[in-house]
Amino acid sequence: MAEPKNISAGELQEILHVIRVNYGYDFCNYSHASIKRRILHCMNKGNIGSTYDLKYHLTNDPLFFAWFLQSVTVNVTEMFRDPLFFKELRTNVLDKLAAYPLIKIWHAGCSTGEEAYSMAILLFEHGLLDRAKIYATDLNPANLEKARKGIMPLVNMKEHTQNYIQSGGRNDFSAYYTARYENAIMRKDFRESIVFSQHNLVTDQVFNEFQLICCRNVLIYFNKELQNQVLNLFYNSMAPLTYLALGTKESLLASEIRSKFITVSATNKIFRRKD
Amino acid sequence: MTEVLAIGGSAGSLPVITGILDALPTGFNYAVIIVLHRLKNVFSEMDKVLVNYRTDLKIKEPEDKEPVRKHHIYLAPQNYHLLVEEEKTFSLDYSELVNHSRPSIDVTFDSLAQAYGPLVTCILLSGANRDGAAGLSKVIDRGGIGIVQDPETAEYTSMPLAAIQLNKKITIQTPEEIVNYIRTVNMRKK
Repeated sequence: MAEPKNISAGELQEILHVIRVNYGYDFCNYSHASIKRRILHCMNKGNIGSTYDLKYHLTNDPLFFAWFLQSVTVNVTEMFRDPLFFKELRTNVLDKLAAYPLIKIWHAGCSTGEEAYSMAILLFEHGLLDRAKIYATDLNPANLEKARKGIMPLVNMKEHTQNYIQSGGRNDFSAYYTARYENAIMRKDFRESIVFSQHNLVTDQVFNEFQLICCRNVLIYFNKELQNQVLNLFYNSMAPLTYLALGTKESLLASEIRSKFITVSATNKIFRRKD
Repeated sequence: MTEVLAIGGSAGSLPVITGILDALPTGFNYAVIIVLHRLKNVFSEMDKVLVNYRTDLKIKEPEDKEPVRKHHIYLAPQNYHLLVEEEKTFSLDYSELVNHSRPSIDVTFDSLAQAYGPLVTCILLSGANRDGAAGLSKVIDRGGIGIVQDPETAEYTSMPLAAIQLNKKITIQTPEEIVNYIRTVNMRKK
């Protein structure tokens, strides 16, 4: 098989155009280096030798597109990733959220839900879960279906447990899930505290107002222009004096809206909206 | 001219990397990017370890979309792949491990080959897997310079050996030769 080695800028535009026109997903302002790498990865995995063939399959085969969408997007996540971030939430943010009668939290780009479940655990441990609603959204329906079930491979739980302990968790982590064969299923009250639904940060609008928005390691896949657009969407989805959390290597500093936020934690990338 | 000098290393590469950093001329006029296999979710002060003896140098883990600047030294952050865009800014990526690694040397070298073509020099050091070999080969194919640590001098040989097998045009150097080479980068023609 001829393995495709590279995609030119022109070919990339054409591929993204075919996707947008046929399926409405707009990847045009994704960061080129990584979307190119993801597309090449799909072509290799799917035995597709040329961008011409790729466009042909994308245009004519919706089932192929479903597979393509699943492999082109990054669906890697873990519970309590960057434990120090969660520790900071415990010590500096949750007590502020506790002042609200109804706490609304948005996990934007939630993938298979691991961070949303981590948040449910955090809220539970601080006695806030019954008056909190977690909205977790992703563009990929297959991810959401997995996330809703709250089922994770049991092999990952060892690492999740270590992260949990590092995040300041003191409880028996295994009490939060039931192990069954190769899988762990999250507790029912955690599953019921999260609403999983489809939302595309590129094309969809504000849908609610939140006290905390977590969007960690999603903006890294966007170019600057799209990052600014999405940060504005977040700003408009936040009540005054509420919180925005980004990934540890993402920043507001270069964005248009930086002056509308103060930095709560520079290392853990927690920001607070001014009024 | 080289605009970027990238160094990929795994097990056994640390002494060579500190040797290279020590040899950097004071006014080096290119960016240095280091990709080192590291543990994730563990507090790390690798940036400080690497420039222990050079008070004039600072190592930075780049933030997403930060421009790649000359006379700066960057270290790929733990638990992310580090890519460079055609407009010469960093992009981070949290996708699957490549060659059991994140950061993967292949991912960074590959994106440098695409963004810089002949204007990049990549050095692959000691390591126990085969990460970096394919990326180094792409750098060479696009006109860049690819150097590999002489396996005879490497604590772990499989990474250098994999690269040598993959591309005949690779330059093989001992750590001393690499250090001498570093002293002359961008010095020859003015």
